[in-house]
Amino acid sequence: MTTSSSSERYLDAAIEADPTVPMIHIRRDFRATPAQLMRAHTDPEVFARWIGPDSVAMRIDHWDCRTLGSYRYVGERDGEEFAFRGTFPEISEHRLVQTFTWEGMPEAIALETMRFTDLGEGWTRLHAQSLCDSFEGRDSMLSSGMDVGVHEGYAKLDRLLADGEVAAS
Amino acid sequence: MAADPLSRAFSALADPTRRDLVARLTTGDATVNELAAPYEVSLQAVSRHLRVLEEAGLVSRSREAQRRPVHLEAEVLDLMTKWIERYRRQAEERFQRLDSVLEQMQEQEQDRATPVDADVREGTAP
Repeated sequence: MTTSSSSERYLDAAIEADPTVPMIHIRRDFRATPAQLMRAHTDPEVFARWIGPDSVAMRIDHWDCRTLGSYRYVGERDGEEFAFRGTFPEISEHRLVQTFTWEGMPEAIALETMRFTDLGEGWTRLHAQSLCDSFEGRDSMLSSGMDVGVHEGYAKLDRLLADGEVAAS
Repeated sequence: MAADPLSRAFSALADPTRRDLVARLTTGDATVNELAAPYEVSLQAVSRHLRVLEEAGLVSRSREAQRRPVHLEAEVLDLMTKWIERYRRQAEERFQRLDSVLEQMQEQEQDRATPVDADVREGTAP
């Protein structure tokens, strides 16, 4: 894992798949205070305004955003509903910890830790890490919403690997 | 090290030297010696990196030619980068929506914070 220098800026979301554990890191800088970013993640009215794309109507079904609380929200696209739910193991001033589950795969529960770091001059860095329960779970999360489903993707990758005489490790 | 092919490929690319090797191979095949030249590490170290890339299916080495040039399996790389880039783009779109919500939030806070002008005295109003 690389440590970023303080002068480096993440004006665009940067993503990194951890090599040793099934984790994804996302970093992004915002022109806001840590408190404002925290509120955008914890206040249901604010959260509902940005979490889903325009094509998806997001409905917050249940919201108890405090340590040991839980949440559930439902998106709808083309008459199809998909719901996400989880719990909040910890909500503190600069850190938000939540479990995250897509109800279509209820056995795959990710642990997401979000930190908001004040960079000064009105900037705050969001660092989110999602720890999945398996590498397969992480990869299906990465490929979620793809035209090529995860199994098709694996099948294609298997074919590519077979063609390339890849040494079995 | 993860057993499934996609995770192996992700792990292989998690190392900056290996990412650099892959980037250089996008312009064409190269021998191990050519690849090792710019680095201040041993030829063995570069060979080890290439072995990891090979096991992940990202590069292959010709069995025929004496020079055994390293060849990039662009299709595997393409498949992977597409997956992760799409995920990244979705996150970035979400963050851009968050940008504008934060902007609106700040405007509202400023509106509330504007103090009522108490200095206006009768007769001095413009």
